[in-house]
Amino acid sequence: MYTQAMDVMGKDGGDAKPGLRSAEEMQRQEQFDARIDAGEFIEAKDWMPDHYRKTLLRQISQHAHSEIVGMLPEGNWITRAPTLKRKAILLAKVQDEGGHGLYLYAAAETLGSSRDQMLDALHTGKAKYSSIFNYPTLTWADMGTIGWLVDGAAIMNQVPICRCSYAPYARAMVRICREESFHQRQGYDALLTMMQQGTDAQRAMVQDAVNRWWWPSIMMFGPPDDQSPNSAQSMRWGIKRVSNDTLRQKFIDATVEQAKVLGVTLPDPDLQWNEERQHHDYGAIDWSEFWRVIGGDGPCNEERLGARVKAWEDGAWVREAALAHAAKHAPAQAAA
Amino acid sequence: MTTTNTSSPDSATATEWPLWEVFVRSKAGLDHKHCGSLHAADSGMAIQLARDVYTRRQEGTSVWVVRSDQIVASDPGEKGMYFDPSEDKIYRHPTFYVLPAAVDHM
Repeated sequence: MYTQAMDVMGKDGGDAKPGLRSAEEMQRQEQFDARIDAGEFIEAKDWMPDHYRKTLLRQISQHAHSEIVGMLPEGNWITRAPTLKRKAILLAKVQDEGGHGLYLYAAAETLGSSRDQMLDALHTGKAKYSSIFNYPTLTWADMGTIGWLVDGAAIMNQVPICRCSYAPYARAMVRICREESFHQRQGYDALLTMMQQGTDAQRAMVQDAVNRWWWPSIMMFGPPDDQSPNSAQSMRWGIKRVSNDTLRQKFIDATVEQAKVLGVTLPDPDLQWNEERQHHDYGAIDWSEFWRVIGGDGPCNEERLGARVKAWEDGAWVREAALAHAAKHAPAQAAA
Repeated sequence: MTTTNTSSPDSATATEWPLWEVFVRSKAGLDHKHCGSLHAADSGMAIQLARDVYTRRQEGTSVWVVRSDQIVASDPGEKGMYFDPSEDKIYRHPTFYVLPAAVDHM
């Protein structure tokens, strides 16, 4: 899903045809391909094709942006969590997302970009983040639903990336996956409390949240395989391990069972078990909504980006002051 | 591409906080392990941020931070040649020596 923006773009213009290549470069390319095929990891300073580097830089930085922007819809409810326990849990989750953004920016920086460059791309709209974070969080039940469905989809997407050929990304992913599991469990736990111990109004609130978040959640996996032109290359390079549709199917199959335990219905009348396929069939996804939202016309795109730009600009004095303070005390530190 | 320096790339500007590598000892008796990096203005901030980001789940009894540009690394391009000498010295391994079964537990 962090390849969403790449899924919708055409092939990269700059490197469609490599043109004249030296014998040395061809040999390096062959060695590189052989390493990928053998399941080896590529580290930051290893030789890599330019397109491999660019693809990873774009994907990892957009993954990082998604984590940071993803703090906003949930940050919205920290001051209004119903109990101290839920507030502490939500704080911990949002704090984790900030940390995840850091791990990913650090991984992206190993590929030859700086933090400032990546943030500039985000703030000017050149870089994307996952479409799901452009939806509003309208009730407390949205918190539980996001944990259950959005983090659930993220986990499904992120586990295969732990075996990504680019090692810094894979290592960041291992760390993230370890922390992500509680994100989904806490959300489901919150919903379970409302469904099993709550009032009719609270149960209705949960069902309403599920109705609003279901379709955007399954869109998180990106366009269908036959509409993702860059997927094949990403698979060839061991960046993408499982296709969009396969992950989406796996998520739906797992979630249907979870919905039954909760006692909510998923808002898809065509959702039903197919004995022959041994999977759930599901209804047609409205991809026009997906294109619109990722193109900038979702309910909260402007608000999300505005919040990020404001945070960056309002925080400038902190960054500058910290550097000035460090410079002032540096000679003393060096001598010590 | 630089080969012996793990610092942030040429694209980093003078207004960016420098990069630090973080090493955490998770419990007494173990080594410090490299667990990631972060940007901080100075060493005091780096240690505190490292604690905040990399030990949220009691994974730390000790934290080291080192400025990334202070790290000297072997050249990955020369990896094969550089580590070659150790590949053919199989007599460094205990399995090179075949001993009678009665004393093979050595």
